Amino acid sequence: MENFNYVRPAKVADAVKAMKKAKDGKFMAGGHTLIPTLKQGLASPTDIIDLGGLKNTGIKIGAKSVVIQAGTTHAEVAASKELKKAIPGLAALAGGIGDPHVRHKGTIGGSVSNNDPAADYPSACLALGATIHTTDRKLAADKFFTGMFSTALKDTEIVTAVEFPLVKKSGYAKFPNPASLYAMVGVFVAQGADGSARVAVTGAGPGVFRVADMEAALSRKFAGSSLDGIAVKSKGLNSDMHASAEYRAHLITVMAKRAVEAAK
Amino acid sequence: MDNSTGTGIGARVRRKEDHRFITGKGNYTDDINLPKQTYAYFVRSPHAHATIKSINTAKAKKMPGVVGIFTGDDIANDKLGGLICGWMIHSKDGSPMKAGPHPVLAQGKVRYVGDHVALVVAETREQAKAAAAAVSVGYVALPHVVDVADAMGAKAAIHDVAPDNRVFNWSIGDEGATDAAFRNAAHVTKIDLVNNRLIPNAMEPRAAIGSYDTGSESYTLYTTSQNPHVARLVISAFHGLAPEHKLRVIAPDVGGGFGSKIFIYAEEVACVWASKHIGGRPIKWTAERSESFLADAHGRDHVTHAELATDSNGRITGLKVHTKAAMGAYLSTFASCVPTYLYATLLSGQYNIPNIYAEVDAIYTNTAPVDAYRGAGRPEATYVVERIVETAARELKMDPAEFRRMNFVTQFPHQTPVIMCYDAGDYAAALDKALEIADVKGFADRKSAAARSGKLRGLGYSAYIEACGIAPSAAIGSLGAGVGLWESAEVRVNPVGTVEVLTGSHSHGQGHETTFAQLVSDRLGIDINNVAIVHGDTDKVQFGMGTYGSRSGAVGMTAISKALDKIEAKAKRVAAAVMEASADDVEFKNGTFTVKGTDKKMAFGEVALSAYVAHKFNSAEIEPGLKEAAFHDPSNFVFPAGVHICEVEIDTDTGVTDVVNYTAVDDFGNIINPMIVEGQVHGGIVQGIGQALAEGCVYDKQSGQLLTGSYMDYQMPRAANVPNFNLAFTCTPCPSNPLGMKGCGEAGAIASPAAVMNAVTDALDVRDVPMPATPHVVWKMLQPMKKAAE
Repeated sequence: MENFNYVRPAKVADAVKAMKKAKDGKFMAGGHTLIPTLKQGLASPTDIIDLGGLKNTGIKIGAKSVVIQAGTTHAEVAASKELKKAIPGLAALAGGIGDPHVRHKGTIGGSVSNNDPAADYPSACLALGATIHTTDRKLAADKFFTGMFSTALKDTEIVTAVEFPLVKKSGYAKFPNPASLYAMVGVFVAQGADGSARVAVTGAGPGVFRVADMEAALSRKFAGSSLDGIAVKSKGLNSDMHASAEYRAHLITVMAKRAVEAAK
Repeated sequence: MDNSTGTGIGARVRRKEDHRFITGKGNYTDDINLPKQTYAYFVRSPHAHATIKSINTAKAKKMPGVVGIFTGDDIANDKLGGLICGWMIHSKDGSPMKAGPHPVLAQGKVRYVGDHVALVVAETREQAKAAAAAVSVGYVALPHVVDVADAMGAKAAIHDVAPDNRVFNWSIGDEGATDAAFRNAAHVTKIDLVNNRLIPNAMEPRAAIGSYDTGSESYTLYTTSQNPHVARLVISAFHGLAPEHKLRVIAPDVGGGFGSKIFIYAEEVACVWASKHIGGRPIKWTAERSESFLADAHGRDHVTHAELATDSNGRITGLKVHTKAAMGAYLSTFASCVPTYLYATLLSGQYNIPNIYAEVDAIYTNTAPVDAYRGAGRPEATYVVERIVETAARELKMDPAEFRRMNFVTQFPHQTPVIMCYDAGDYAAALDKALEIADVKGFADRKSAAARSGKLRGLGYSAYIEACGIAPSAAIGSLGAGVGLWESAEVRVNPVGTVEVLTGSHSHGQGHETTFAQLVSDRLGIDINNVAIVHGDTDKVQFGMGTYGSRSGAVGMTAISKALDKIEAKAKRVAAAVMEASADDVEFKNGTFTVKGTDKKMAFGEVALSAYVAHKFNSAEIEPGLKEAAFHDPSNFVFPAGVHICEVEIDTDTGVTDVVNYTAVDDFGNIINPMIVEGQVHGGIVQGIGQALAEGCVYDKQSGQLLTGSYMDYQMPRAANVPNFNLAFTCTPCPSNPLGMKGCGEAGAIASPAAVMNAVTDALDVRDVPMPATPHVVWKMLQPMKKAAE
């Protein structure tokens, strides 16, 4: 690990200022991706701007949406009684991220900003049609996630909150990588207030993506059996020693069904 | 032997050492810091096979904090000997095994990714690591080969002494007689098996602190070793670092070994050697987890073809086995005996097989060395025997349990065609008990119930036998062992009657501080808290062979027992003198000496004090003090055996295999502490389930890189992957040691892979599924079946 400057500002504006001043700065939320990366020498930023000092945590349930502050940990999201009622699939997803250490340090803002192709949250954002609030603007999830570890965020832009519209039903099913327990295939399904369904897949491809055929079928009828015979093409999906693209494609349908069946 | 309330033999005593371990008060090598200590980091090869053209350390030497940088040239200039393999194996044609040089730091060539090239010593670990990154090594890549199946005769010649990469071609058994048995067979079952390569993953990574005292001109090495005396012997006699009285090796608390800490590795030797070259400052090295993956000796990695001959009644008449065993890039300390004498000698299993012939090719590959790993050869043997026996039963349409039963050895002693002479056992008793506990009768109903919810349920057996306490020394010496495998013990009774036991065994998780104290408590009638077990320091314990192969009970405790016999005899003489009686009339029971026919008595503590005060006996006849030593060389191996039954359910949608039921009935002879034994069985089964369903070391064929180099890609079994285990014991006391003990440390890991895979193949109704049967592997197996069904 190389030496770096460390700051922990209390205000968002100061965090942005610190980033502007830094030669090669990195924002740090829970740090559970960044710190291992530093330890392995895979990243050596000049400055680390720890967003923990912002203390922007909390979950607010509104009439049409839920707003989760960026600094809210996965454990807090998982434990929220209000959220379990409002968007049960989202609370369940948070309760299955990583392990207890990760859940008590990792934050929703950090997760969506990092956009790890095997992270859980991006699938919920995309399937629920979330809006990502940043220091500069509000962005639809469909525009926010742009590929493997990449987002529409500018270098000095910080996610401040994620807003999820209330839906009729939501569910998440994950097939974990047997070794790392990251999502090898994770599928989030949501039935919107208007009855239309959205399906988003994480872990299987280079980035989170939606499955139009499944959405159409589930919009007609939100039931597991609606997905019978709907196969996702394996082309373009990840293939590694843990799972071939074909296996991942197969698991998408299996997990989508299970997510629908688990949806509340 | 029910002693559930006491602290003697048979009692479920809680482990004395655990409070220290679970409250963070253990004393591991990395917890120790010496004055003026420096830190080591190793430059390792990024290539699977390459010539070293140049090593430039100029830039690195100028880096902050650097104290010294050492390469293979320094090792050569100092004439520090290379690493050795301590068991000579001769090929079928009589030629000795082809051991290539294994220098402490690479000389001219690297042979696997992670091979040790240079040692960087600095004031801090970070400085050493940064400077290591600045060492520039010029490599010219050579062709490499990582798979044992392809390595013999490959383009990559890893050592000059073995141009075809074959270390030896060894055989055991009577080939002609076995061929004849096959010619007369009514049925022949054939199977091809791969025993997957495993990475040990002890909780504590390897670590060392080497230091040199310029005043006494002596070395001290703190190290994570299962056998510190053997380490001292090898570093002294073969590396030639210093004579034994000038080298102290200390293995303090050690957090797990599973075999991987038996061996003498380059890193530890380099640290203790280099200390002298930096003015005696201590050098500490603690492996990072990624170094453990790369450079700890791995386990297993066999490719086997086996054939089993049966007659028209279903009796086994012959077994033929050919195995290719990976050795990795160098022969590790005991690598050569693992796929030979620890493997093929167990190929008779629990069965009466009149003819066995096995041939083993040991083969170099451009990978980390392969050596003993929990079970060492015996899991591999059990896997071959129990998979082929199960397959034969299925082919013959016989019940697998009954097929086993009709072929069991029932008369003891039983001489197998492959050296071993089984001394005692009752295999049918274990089978009966296992069938009952596992409710095999109810399996068909459970299978149908599973099918209704879309799951495939399977049941698999493993009737294993293993051999522990490798012995006697003269016999293994004749087979090529470089050492004798006896054990030593010294019992020191203090004047107040407390006891210190110095043992050559080493505990790295086994609980010796408790079980050894239970033996003393039982024999001397004193509280276990008045017994201290001293081990792991060559300056304290005179000599010992360490702990592996489940030998510490059968061999180590027998040595203690013999020393206790001498203590009792001496104490009786002291007591007799004090009580003015004849020694023949003194009896010792429950910690009290009495004189037959009188009411005279003395407590053990009083006798101890009398022995040291020495007022009341003639010192010309009885020497003062109470301290005795013993060496024990066993007359035979011990043979734990048992029957394990595994039930799995497979989710056909995902390929996930769940172990839903696991029964283990083991015969370990007499048991000192059932709770600790159960813990050993649990751990072993979990490791075996890990091998069967999760763990698999993968090197990339193209690049030679280790693909499973971290927990992101190497799947260890987790608590959630295993069910509650149903354990039970049967007991045929071992006749070759006075305690009647066998060994329990490896049984779980030996039995379980075959039990699990027999269950998986039963569920899928296929002949073989490769290990590890991950969800992906099982799903792939399911695809043609689904197609066929459609």
